[in-house]
Amino acid sequence: MAKRIGMEVSIAASEAVKLADVDLIAAYPITPQTHIVEHLSEVVADGELDAAFVPVESEHSAMSCCIGSSAAGARTFTATSSQGLALMHEILFIAPAMRLPIVMVVANRALSGPISIWNDHSDIMSEQDIAWIQTFAENGQEVFDLVLHAFRVAEDSKVLLPVIVNLDGFTLSHVIEPIEILDKAEVDKYLPPYKPKVRLDPRKPVSMGMVGIPEIYTEAKKATDEALINSKKVVLKAWKEFGDLFGRYYNPVESYKTEGAEVILITMGSISETAMTAIDKMREKGMPVGLVRFRLWKPFPAPEFKKAIAGVQTLAVVDRALSPGGACGPVAEEIKAALYAERGRPKVYNFIAGLGGRDVTVENFEEIVSKAFTYAKKRPKQLYEMIGVREI
Amino acid sequence: MIKELENFKGFSAKKLPLADPLASGHRACQGCGEVLALKLAMKAIGMNSIVVSATGCMEIITSTFPQTAWNVPWLHVAFENAAAVASGTEAALKVLMRKGKIPQKHIDVVAIGGDGATADIGLQSLSGAMERGHDFVYICLDNEAYMNTGVQRSSSTPYGAMTTTSPPGKKSFGQATKKKNVPAIAVAHNIPYVATASPAYFLDLMNKAKKAALVKGPAYLHIYSSCPTGWRHGGDLAIEISKLAVETNVFPLYEVIEGKYIINRKITKPKPVAEYLKKQGRFRHLTDDLIAQIQRQVDEEYEKLLKLAGETA
Ligand SMILES: Cc1ncc(C[n+]2csc(CCOP(=O)(O)OP(=O)(O)O)c2C)c(N)n1
Ligand code: SF4
Repeated sequence: MAKRIGMEVSIAASEAVKLADVDLIAAYPITPQTHIVEHLSEVVADGELDAAFVPVESEHSAMSCCIGSSAAGARTFTATSSQGLALMHEILFIAPAMRLPIVMVVANRALSGPISIWNDHSDIMSEQDIAWIQTFAENGQEVFDLVLHAFRVAEDSKVLLPVIVNLDGFTLSHVIEPIEILDKAEVDKYLPPYKPKVRLDPRKPVSMGMVGIPEIYTEAKKATDEALINSKKVVLKAWKEFGDLFGRYYNPVESYKTEGAEVILITMGSISETAMTAIDKMREKGMPVGLVRFRLWKPFPAPEFKKAIAGVQTLAVVDRALSPGGACGPVAEEIKAALYAERGRPKVYNFIAGLGGRDVTVENFEEIVSKAFTYAKKRPKQLYEMIGVREI
Repeated sequence: MIKELENFKGFSAKKLPLADPLASGHRACQGCGEVLALKLAMKAIGMNSIVVSATGCMEIITSTFPQTAWNVPWLHVAFENAAAVASGTEAALKVLMRKGKIPQKHIDVVAIGGDGATADIGLQSLSGAMERGHDFVYICLDNEAYMNTGVQRSSSTPYGAMTTTSPPGKKSFGQATKKKNVPAIAVAHNIPYVATASPAYFLDLMNKAKKAALVKGPAYLHIYSSCPTGWRHGGDLAIEISKLAVETNVFPLYEVIEGKYIINRKITKPKPVAEYLKKQGRFRHLTDDLIAQIQRQVDEEYEKLLKLAGETA
């Protein structure tokens, strides 16, 4: 039976990996991801999990090792953050192209420079085009559940794509929360053993990672893109079945107090909880504000998002990453692009907040909302705006 | 002596394996010594293997979709990570067999890379994989430059050689640094088996490839791989030049088994290095002084090797 216990969220993530009975874990330390692989190394060392624990010499090799392992037909996991994710960058594109269902947890952290170990989303937002399925967790329970969901989706024969579960570094990875940990029998009901369709096997040789001549490259890319887009059906189905089995239902986007809202805040990850507190406060004052947050980021859940914001004229998008010299932050960019062809589309105002671990407070959200109300009447001068910048 | 090697008698010219993991019909340049070396090594290792290839000539010429020259499972991921990818494959096979998910049977995991992939960009991943002790064979196909991108220098390019990024000029005589000794770096990892080989001595090469596959743990094989295109020699000269490299002590053949150096072909009366250099366009610009200097370097290196093997000239 499932147990509800106080647990550090990183440990909960690794407990989910353990329950998934992975075959191989590639590990390289980087704060704030480290506790995840440390705990996995312990469960392997104690014989609680029969897996290869490969302590590689870099994240580049971690992802390379994962590809070699997954191609051999093993259920494969790794975790990283920030510079580590950036170091993997080159290899990240190759896993989905080969249709390898690797699962990775990214404890989101800012990128250098200046060096910062604290949370924002600039690491993952630099990896927009890698064709991995990506989800964002809001709390510890979601982290645990999304990791199991990730394996279930990745390995579905209709999907066969790698999945990243994003969780905010420190603000989520290092907090202790009450989390319901499923037991093995329950997990087994949800997650069947991985049976690869194609793998490296001398009895039935295949060549993988071949040269894509111009006559074939476009088609190969289209095939991966279609696979990613089509994965949404399985993502939804796997959430539905998760809910039916364990009572926790998940959606690609979540709405909070959007009825009658004139301004909707858009967030991702753990700051959504602060945003909800801010919304409660503003609603009490009679301000018509709501919140929409993304749980599924890639493939971009356009229909669900459009439905969630239907009828609202003003969106205040909070980005946790900067796109220097660009028109706006990466989340706002995606949203603007998704809405551009819509009739009567809402105005999108973009606020960059919480870079490099700067707290995003209830007051910050109040400021963002009040600015959005102002801009709805009087256009802002700038394309985007950074919140909480200290004047020196 | 390593237990797994005790019963290995060696190949004989009359009785070579018939099966070829790497088929003919690939797209290598005419007379390519590198593909010949790879073919021989794979013939020795056999069909019960999985090959992980780094980006480079051998990857490009064997895997242009929708064709493949590989008769064994083959995986290419990127330029610098063949050893890391092979670590994953090797570790995964082991655990899958232990868990009963695939049949228990030894499979040889072979990683291959050019000298650029090995001595430069991939040195870290190679070092990591050797240090972790994965049971795999790493083959460096050393054609002494980045050939796939058009003959640029690598840290394995010999002193004085002309490449497109070490051109001779008014202030340059070509490559100004000495060739990096990757076999010595491999030896420093305390792995059970390290060897050098040349396609001109094909039985020696095949025996070494097989031994590398037989030993448990990491094995490193450094194969001299002449490249008519980059070295500017005739397409019919790959074997002749490969042979000269050994006869001049430019590329000595040796094994290091559990740290112990053994010179396989001791050259008592080495031919002058000039004979080797003069056959190749990449050394055409060298002055007599430089040739003498290279001769001294070759002699010194060979002396060092003799000492390591506990031998005298
Ligand atoms: C990260 C990265 N940098 C550069 C390249 C371009 N590149 C592809 S193959 C190659 C040279 C390969 O040289 P080597 O390893 O010596 O093998 P050869 O082609 O000579 O057999 C280079 C530089 C690449 N593919 N990836
Ligand atoms: S460039 Fe050299 S190594 Fe590459 S295929 Fe041609 S001859 Fe062989």
